[in-house]
Amino acid sequence: MRSDLTDDILRLTGQHIELVAIAMALAILIGVPAGILLTRRAHLRQWLLGFASVMQTIPSLALFGFLIPLPFIGGIGPRTVIVALVLYALLPILRNTFVGIAAVDRAVCESAVAMGMTGGQLLRQVQLPLAAQTILAGIRVATVTTVGTATIAAAIGGGGLGVFIFRGVATVDSTQILAGAVPAALLALIADGGLGWVERRLSPA
Amino acid sequence: MPAVEFRGVGFQVDGKTVLSQLSFVVEPGETLVLLGRSGSGKTTALKMTNGMLLPTSGEVLVDGRTTVEWDPIRLKRRIGYVIQEVGLFPHFTVAENVGLVPKLEQWSRPDIDRRVDELLSKVGLDPGEFRARYPRQLSGGQRQRVGVARALAADPALLLFDEPFGALDPVTRCELQQQFLALRRDFQKTSIFVTHDVREALRLGTRIALLASGRLEIIAPPDEFRRAQSEEACAFLAGLED
Repeated sequence: MRSDLTDDILRLTGQHIELVAIAMALAILIGVPAGILLTRRAHLRQWLLGFASVMQTIPSLALFGFLIPLPFIGGIGPRTVIVALVLYALLPILRNTFVGIAAVDRAVCESAVAMGMTGGQLLRQVQLPLAAQTILAGIRVATVTTVGTATIAAAIGGGGLGVFIFRGVATVDSTQILAGAVPAALLALIADGGLGWVERRLSPA
Repeated sequence: MPAVEFRGVGFQVDGKTVLSQLSFVVEPGETLVLLGRSGSGKTTALKMTNGMLLPTSGEVLVDGRTTVEWDPIRLKRRIGYVIQEVGLFPHFTVAENVGLVPKLEQWSRPDIDRRVDELLSKVGLDPGEFRARYPRQLSGGQRQRVGVARALAADPALLLFDEPFGALDPVTRCELQQQFLALRRDFQKTSIFVTHDVREALRLGTRIALLASGRLEIIAPPDEFRRAQSEEACAFLAGLED
């Protein structure tokens, strides 16, 4: 019985990490380029930041509810969960990428242009390295909240540590609830600590 | 052929006229000082020389070609630029900052290293001591010296200075002005130098162009400028008396 529980914890923790990792990878792949785009296209700012903010305000269970009837991205299972997690993670990444790049000293950017850097060189050699810390802070916040939000995935058959929590709540079994909640909390702490360490290492010299 | 020529240059932004009918030439080897109050359009004129801004009327010629005809990246890389806030890259060492344009131009590593050491010595910074430092580890004057070295790095024919010594204390400013004159003797570069300080203008310029509200008031060598009678020139020269 005990070892069954241990096996379950390991399996569901693995699933949980997978959900978070896939969602975060997608959110970064979408959020960072979109944030860069915002620094160059002022008219998109309100739209994109507004969209990402609205997504954050929708309660997660309700968002799953909205997504289930949709074709391709909806349905029951991990895919819908990942779509929802990406939508939540987008705002901090998008906003921090935009803010980080916009905060780079104007004189530094101007001198880069005056030296004859192309737009791509300015971005890769100056803006992104100087904004890296801020962008990473956004990724860290997004990761920690995603670890927590991913527990709701079990509600629509997405697996992960939420399975324990929902089961525990349904059967009024605190051992089950703790079996889900403790590893989830540990994952969040590890992600926070690890990414915080990388962030400090990235501090511009 | 003049190094730089402004032909009837005008610049409007948001319906506001920043420069109008600006015409002058800069001959090879001279230092033209653009003197004027804040908002007189002098920095705008400077930014038009390397194509960071393009005129809305008239044309700017560099080595006989208009800034519109030049490839914008090529034009900027062959003109050195020193700005007031220096704009050194905080995440680059002194050596990386100075070697920036040679690196963009794909010089070999040893060539870049040699050039960086040579220029740091020229601007009075010991390469051994300063190469590996970051801009935040330098004083304001040292930073500005690195800024000058960076502008000279790819051996540009023309140098632009936008109030480079404006934020420095008077003693450091004086030292850097001396250095500027020494570098001019050594390198024989053509320069355009923006300042609002009439003393600096008289000291460094081979000619002084006085701008007021986007128009050229006078353009004259320093001794002739001292005798100028226009109202704006008198306002500036009055500053010399105290």
